[in-house]
Amino acid sequence: MGIITPGFFGKKREEDPKLPPGQYETKDFPVLSAGPTPNIHQGEWSFTITNESGEKTSWTWDEFMKLPVETVDTDIHCVTRWSKFDTTWRGVSLDTLFENVETSAGYTMAHSFGGYTTNVPLEDLLDGKAWVAFEFGGEPLDPEHGGPARLLVPHLYFWKSAKWVNGITLHDTEELGFWEVNGYHAYGDPWKEERYYYDS
Amino acid sequence: MNWAVADVVGIREETPTARTLMLRVPDWKGALAGQHIDIRLTAPDGYQAARSYSLSSAAGDPVVAVSVELMPDGEVSPYLVRGVSVGDQLEVIGPLGGWFVWRPEQTEPIRMIGGGSGVAPLVSILRTHIASGNTASVKLLYSVRSPEFVYFRDELAELTDAARAEVTLQYTRHAPQGWTGALGRIDAARITAWAADDASDTSTYICGPTRFVELASDALVATGVDPMTIRTERFGGA
Ligand SMILES: Cc1cc2nc3c(=O)[nH]c(=O)nc-3n(C[C@H](O)[C@H](O)[C@H](O)COP(=O)(O)OP(=O)(O)OC[C@H]3O[C@@H](n4cnc5c(N)ncnc54)[C@H](O)[C@@H]3O)c2cc1C
Repeated sequence: MGIITPGFFGKKREEDPKLPPGQYETKDFPVLSAGPTPNIHQGEWSFTITNESGEKTSWTWDEFMKLPVETVDTDIHCVTRWSKFDTTWRGVSLDTLFENVETSAGYTMAHSFGGYTTNVPLEDLLDGKAWVAFEFGGEPLDPEHGGPARLLVPHLYFWKSAKWVNGITLHDTEELGFWEVNGYHAYGDPWKEERYYYDS
Repeated sequence: MNWAVADVVGIREETPTARTLMLRVPDWKGALAGQHIDIRLTAPDGYQAARSYSLSSAAGDPVVAVSVELMPDGEVSPYLVRGVSVGDQLEVIGPLGGWFVWRPEQTEPIRMIGGGSGVAPLVSILRTHIASGNTASVKLLYSVRSPEFVYFRDELAELTDAARAEVTLQYTRHAPQGWTGALGRIDAARITAWAADDASDTSTYICGPTRFVELASDALVATGVDPMTIRTERFGGA
């Protein structure tokens, strides 16, 4: 606990077990991005998984839409300290996408339109922990929130849920992505407050 | 890096709704222009709230400055704008952020667009540019409600001269007497015209409320500016 700030009482009183340390609940959906919001049409969207030997598995938007879709109800936690509870998404599970991918790699890099990347260990994407989501709250995902599709890895800080995602590459060793090179933590567990790269 | 207890060593009323806090942070080793710190407040029962604030001081300044705009329904900003006095202590962590930064090694022209308190990190870039002797050209488009809401009002002219910067103010509600410049909300056409003659290798820094940043960055991208040369900092809000 820090020093008491005289005269500060704060707004929220009840402890919320859904709130990770250092976070506050918001009803809004703030935007965190490093640059402009790209405008990507479904027709130009595709998604490619590339394994460590360079073999590719790809889907066009239309092919993607034929995959089994799951509805995900989850809380999300942004490194800029807001959390949003009970958000509803629809998307394709990464378990489905990885079904026919041959790999023994341990690490992944998610790639986005515009060149952004973020690294996630493969085990954090599998076993029902991650999706490629294209609907939020019953509507197509807004471009400023990552539409037409974004990664959804809700157990990590939300920058790991790469917006405008268009692929995942597999790697034997851990490399750092765009956000991680620029000061964010390599893993990003909100419950351990792994916000910045020097947080050990 | 850990939370540090900073001393509030100076306060300046910036506008009727904003204040600049000068903080002395123990073991401060400088920052990069454009970075921010998080400030954390703790209530008597241990409840804590933290928010991010961009530094407006130059990268190497030993005393760091943040400028806070009061959000009427906010939790942290009303305390920072109305509740803090010189001699108080605040917990801070930083400097943070590695992308929305300007380094004196950069030689390409600099183009900056700020809305309201979003001018803070842009002023840090101006100050750092001056302190480093960098000669890259700088221009700033600053959108602000009316004259009394201009941040750093007294220094802006001085900074502009020292950086040989081209500063354009855009008043969105009221302009000063005799004003011949633009009045009204910034729109895409305004930004396009303002940026029309800039060199193609220009680096762009856009900062302010989320909507403002979206509008300004969309406008530049629509005119063909490479998105990877545009760095944005979204302060939040609608
Ligand atoms: C990297 C970064 C740097 C920042 N730097 C600065 C800075 O230099 N100066 C500064 O004043 N603020 C800055 N902010 C915003 C700041 O962190 C807080 O969000 C702001 O002070 C409001 O906090 P609060 O606790 O008072 O309001 P909250 O209790 O968090 O929010 C109250 C209401 O205000 C709305 N709101 C929050 N922020 C804004 C906004 N910017 N515009 C309009 N409505 C808003 C919220 O949506 C909410 O409805 C920065 C934010 C980020 C992410």
